[in-house]
Amino acid sequence: MRKLFLLILFSSLLTSAWAQVERGNVLIKNGTVLTITKGILENTDVLVKDGKISQVAKNIAAPAGVKVIDATGLYIMPGIIDAHSHIALDVINENTNAITPEVSTADAINPFQVIIYRALAGGCTVSHALHGSANSIGGQSITIKHRYGTYDPDVMKMEGAPRTIKFALGENPTSHGRRDGLQPQTRMGVEFVIRAAFTEAKAYTEKWDAYNKSKLVKGFRGAPPAYSYRYETLADILKGKIILHCHSYRADEINMMLNVCKDLGIKKLVFQHTNEGFKVAPEIAAAGAMASVFADWWQYKLEVYFSTAYNAAILVRNGVVTSINSDSPDLIRHLYHEAGKTQKYGGLNDEEALSLITINPAKQLGIENRVGSIEVGKDGDLVIFKNHPLSIYGVPQVTLVDGIVRFDREKDQADMRLFADPKEALDVTLHKSGHDHDNCMQGTEFLFGSFDSDLD
Amino acid sequence: MKKIQLIYGLAVALTCVIIVKVEAQSPKAKYGTFALVNGTIETVTQGTIASGTIIISNGKISAVGTNVPIPQGAEVINCNGSRIYPGMIDGGTKVGLLEIGNIPTATDVTESGEINPQMKALTAINPNATVIPITRISGVTTVLTVPDGGLLPGTAALINLHGYTSNQMYAGFEGIKVNFPNTGRKGFFDRRTDDEIKTASEKALKKLNEVWERAVQYHKVDSATKGKGIGYYPEMQAMLPVVRGKMPLMIEVNAQKDIQAALKWVSEKKVKKVIFMGVTDGWREAEALAKANIPVITGPVIAIPNRDYDRYDQIYANPGMMKKAGVKVAIRSDEDGNGNYRNLPYHAGFAVAYGMNKEDALKAITIVPAELFGVDDRLGSIEVGKTANLFVCNGDIFETKTQVSHVFIEGWMMPMVSRQTLLYDEFLKREPGLNKH
Repeated sequence: MRKLFLLILFSSLLTSAWAQVERGNVLIKNGTVLTITKGILENTDVLVKDGKISQVAKNIAAPAGVKVIDATGLYIMPGIIDAHSHIALDVINENTNAITPEVSTADAINPFQVIIYRALAGGCTVSHALHGSANSIGGQSITIKHRYGTYDPDVMKMEGAPRTIKFALGENPTSHGRRDGLQPQTRMGVEFVIRAAFTEAKAYTEKWDAYNKSKLVKGFRGAPPAYSYRYETLADILKGKIILHCHSYRADEINMMLNVCKDLGIKKLVFQHTNEGFKVAPEIAAAGAMASVFADWWQYKLEVYFSTAYNAAILVRNGVVTSINSDSPDLIRHLYHEAGKTQKYGGLNDEEALSLITINPAKQLGIENRVGSIEVGKDGDLVIFKNHPLSIYGVPQVTLVDGIVRFDREKDQADMRLFADPKEALDVTLHKSGHDHDNCMQGTEFLFGSFDSDLD
Repeated sequence: MKKIQLIYGLAVALTCVIIVKVEAQSPKAKYGTFALVNGTIETVTQGTIASGTIIISNGKISAVGTNVPIPQGAEVINCNGSRIYPGMIDGGTKVGLLEIGNIPTATDVTESGEINPQMKALTAINPNATVIPITRISGVTTVLTVPDGGLLPGTAALINLHGYTSNQMYAGFEGIKVNFPNTGRKGFFDRRTDDEIKTASEKALKKLNEVWERAVQYHKVDSATKGKGIGYYPEMQAMLPVVRGKMPLMIEVNAQKDIQAALKWVSEKKVKKVIFMGVTDGWREAEALAKANIPVITGPVIAIPNRDYDRYDQIYANPGMMKKAGVKVAIRSDEDGNGNYRNLPYHAGFAVAYGMNKEDALKAITIVPAELFGVDDRLGSIEVGKTANLFVCNGDIFETKTQVSHVFIEGWMMPMVSRQTLLYDEFLKREPGLNKH
């Protein structure tokens, strides 16, 4: 009886994790296919079967019952990937301690946010729903697929994507330290907080290793050490099970983090924002670390004051795997345009520029075998563009996730909300672009006095 | 052999001298007579001239056409394969008032109090602001610098992005800004209760009415006393040109209800010159705006919709929809948060991608703002006699990858450098690289 119960429980868990993900069959005909990894294919068809790309060739005959989309005169590119976003989350900052690796944004997914649909309308199919940057060691984060339409937070999660975690350096964690009268209040303190946390985590692991070893000895009667998910998580970073995404701006703090990771043997390291990455590009490249950057943001605080829009191009030319991210509910809708700016600032070619929003962010999230290019066997995440995606006149027409059409410009109904709040009495309007500044401090505005503070 | 060595040595030495000289030179703008030849000229007001010539002398455009003699001593710039546009005008910036966003001591945007029409942007504009070269080398030659905060944040000023004092930069227009009372919630972060919002907006409107009545009274007294007035009252003195219709009231207003209220207010108060700014819900009131003959400076265009239930591309489409209804539309970048006024052509480009006519979009960042600011006799198009504010680039200026090669502001050829290009030059191939020795 108990076994049967467990079996039912287990299978229902399994169902909740995978079963509801919809996967489609579709044939896209006669487009200019920007594969990213295998060149440009003119007048080519892409066939998606059961959510996966099954064939890329000319004149594919439509299998019976498969939806056909005519892409004549249009461009087909892989779904755009955003390595730094906070959409589809109800909260992003735990912010109760300098280190909070025990929390995860996976527990705060909100599939109802209309911005998910708007991201799709900009061709973005996958995003990294990151924890905020209020503390040095933030929370674990979740890679999501923009399966807009589902009511189930679990369906949003990209099944099988590696675990990730957010760390933060510089002004954001130190300003919080100053507010609370705690470490860190300086960049020295940030390094110390991070090193101290890993030292504790190592001691924790050693205790458990010793216990597990003694447990095997017959007659052992000792008690197990106290369990800590905080240190378990840090230990998993040391074991290479979690990709570390580190919010950073200045060159010195990037260099500090490279040294810390070298000492600790942490190899999976992606810098986020990385505005001064261009100054230490050779060091980032030599360490095999990666960088996710804005196209042109600067001026909103001191640590971005010495930025340059040529950052991405310098990083690419120095051999760093680089992506362009949004960190914004606005920019996530036009990452293709943001990537295009690297052609003005540094002259990247089309393939290099498009890689910044496809295969490179896929590498940074450890999902490059699943998404980021148009190749047989990869997920059917595709965008059909009128005009080249790097052109200012590029307009996404249709966006597919797992072969399911999730956005169709012709069928857009203006109000695409899944859920309307009946209690909403007042007109809620936004009059700013929303890309004024990094959004990593979202949820902590009240700490800075004014509700329209520049620090959100 | 020795001779060859000597020549070689001399050549090397000479090269070194030249290199040192070039590198030590701090780039300066250059004044003179310039002939831009063989370019495709986008005049904006008089169509496109293929393979045309522009002569710049004494700071002005002295000739434009296909059959133009080149004056003796003119510096000739071959624009073959390039396009020449009039300098772009951004009607919504904080250039010179804002150096670093979140550092109060590095910003001069907001003065204390609600009613500050006498606070003049021109006073506080820093001619050496880092953002100035960053903006102008992308072809934006002229910007409106606007104070913000409170009900009447101050007097905005139009400036050219070259000069060492605000006097040198002033481009001949000032306007008084009003933040029209907002009746809605400002977004998810606005945690005020419904009642608090209602009370705040009613109070603000009452205050605005009081200021206007007082300004009208002040004008009457001032007229009756032939300028002697009723003593020192700087706020009202600043309002005089607005009451008299010599200066526009620039009203920032966005939500539909607020646009309706602002239209009513302007008509009731009989405000003579008005420009609406922002106007993100303009498409909802386009016909009313057109009927009232009120021009708008809208933007940012690349922005999220006002409401969750608005169409995803609503703000992209807004300028085109207003224009179609007959509204006079200028486009601003309003990218003060990121210092990216250089993105002005992309805001116009997105408007085109989502429905605006391409010519209208170009006008919306050149001649239309010039008209709104009453400087269209000098700026906003490439015509003989106008100020030589123009730039040369290698393609459609709306296209993201287009490179700007030359910028002229009031006849000065600008150095094509900014802190951002200098950092590129220094760090593309950093020395030392990974290894110091």
